[in-house]
Amino acid sequence: MTPVRAMITKELRSYFVSPVVYVVGAVFLLIVGLLAYLYIVFAGAQAIQLLQMHGQASINLNDLVFRNLFSSIRFVLLIILPILTMRLFAEERKLRTFEFLMTSPIGLNEIVAGKFMSVFLVFLGLLGLTGLIPLTLSLFSDFDWYPVMTGYLGLTLLGALFLAIGVLASALTENQIVAAFVSFGLLLVLWLMAGLGSLLGDTAAGQVISYLSFMEHYDHLVRGLVDTTDLMYFFSALVLMLFLTHRVVDSARWR
Amino acid sequence: MIDVQQVTKRYGHHTAIDRVTFSVAKGEVLAFLGPNGAGKTTTMRILTCFMPATEGTAQVAGFDCAEQPLEVKRRIGYLPETPPVYQELTVSEYLRFVGRLRGLIGGALTASMAREVERLGLGPVQHRLIGNLSRGYRQRVGLAQALLHDPPVLILDEPTVGLDPKQIIEIRELIKSLAGSHSVILSTHILPEATAVCQRVVIISGGRIVAEDTPDRLSARLRHSEKVSLTLARAPRDAAARLQQIAGVQQVHTGGPPGNFLLECQLGRDVREEVGRVAVTNDWGLVELKSISMTLEDVFLQLTRHEEGIAQGTQLAAEPVAAASSATTDSTS
Repeated sequence: MTPVRAMITKELRSYFVSPVVYVVGAVFLLIVGLLAYLYIVFAGAQAIQLLQMHGQASINLNDLVFRNLFSSIRFVLLIILPILTMRLFAEERKLRTFEFLMTSPIGLNEIVAGKFMSVFLVFLGLLGLTGLIPLTLSLFSDFDWYPVMTGYLGLTLLGALFLAIGVLASALTENQIVAAFVSFGLLLVLWLMAGLGSLLGDTAAGQVISYLSFMEHYDHLVRGLVDTTDLMYFFSALVLMLFLTHRVVDSARWR
Repeated sequence: MIDVQQVTKRYGHHTAIDRVTFSVAKGEVLAFLGPNGAGKTTTMRILTCFMPATEGTAQVAGFDCAEQPLEVKRRIGYLPETPPVYQELTVSEYLRFVGRLRGLIGGALTASMAREVERLGLGPVQHRLIGNLSRGYRQRVGLAQALLHDPPVLILDEPTVGLDPKQIIEIRELIKSLAGSHSVILSTHILPEATAVCQRVVIISGGRIVAEDTPDRLSARLRHSEKVSLTLARAPRDAAARLQQIAGVQQVHTGGPPGNFLLECQLGRDVREEVGRVAVTNDWGLVELKSISMTLEDVFLQLTRHEEGIAQGTQLAAEPVAAASSATTDSTS
């Protein structure tokens, strides 16, 4: 078993013995389920309206349910993912196990990778459970699976980016609450940069700022558009955040 | 095995350790003695590659701490001040995690875990969460962690803190049993511990090494006079003056409890026989007569108070009263 796998096993164990994952997971699934229910009911109401007006109705579940749902989940992730990542490094430093980890014969890359992978797996598990929504819907209706799949790809990439930012924030402090708020703040800034970008319009600065925000990249994927530009954005942002985490953790030893 | 040359560590303008130089041979147990904040932990953190030195070089088993940290880390078992345990894991889960981090797998891992559980008496708590264990057990789990991969070098930062006396003795026995096959650096501010387990003592104060020697030689080096304690049941008023007349007695102190005299004598001259004879012939009611040797504790106090004097190699001013009040008796000398 490689050290990275040992790290992941240990972190997963730590997640699942603490109530955090259960609470966060329950809240996440509850909100997502509720949102899905509301969008489906809304779509149903529209169908009935159309039926009364035209005598027949065909509604597009992809537009009415999934696009709305994917847009909303983005917001839920922004709130819950910092709670999952906040403990990763902050707790180690608080409980003085950080020194133990840093004096173990395991590279810093492996520590950062192990920590990130463990929380990413937790996130994938939660995301996987939301897959029940399209599966259930597919039993009763027809819709196009392709944009749903790209939507899930978008959520996976978006979640990975959020988690990497959370891991970075956790490395910056030994206080978990501070870590959660820092990652929350960073994510909000990235979010609002999209608004700032559209405000500046089609200028060079506006385009750069819009590009830096995850909003338009994620929107493309939700609309079923898989563009390498967007994939590159997520991968490079992810790598940058993990690299910064590496530097921050490394420098924590010097102080 | 361990070689530290001129290592300095500065935090901004604060110098934590200043040109520290020492070495530990294979199989030797070295005590790192010093008051809190003297730089013990900083030195250990440099040796374990947790932090780099500002200047100087530290080598463990031939590998430089700054250049080949992974090789160094593989050969070190380190117990920090606070046992580095994860409260949410059970003892065996924790040890398995530690073993895997250090590359132990399969049968080797199981065997190492069984060995340390046995050696540290962790059997009864193996499947309990570390968070629910007492301080003493956590400390032992920390030690098990350090020993798990059977490293040639052990660095233990105050290993007996928080243990009860019986456990302290067990841990000291354990450390003694490791001597010979392992090189051990042990930091402590408990002086009898250093005398009990270590072959060599390094006294560090204010970030500098102020003395380095065997416990016996250290106390011998700092002894300027023989001291004899005398207790009389019926001491006359002029007893002090009459004791002073005995050949070899330089000074008589009477500060202690009534009837107790502390005689300071010329180095290398045993006045006990003569003092005893005088006391008995005069019927003073001789209750106790013993020689006092300087303990490591006195050496430590003197060195950490007079660090400048030692550093320059000058003679220390004798502090008979302070030394006598904290001295313990040594019946063999």
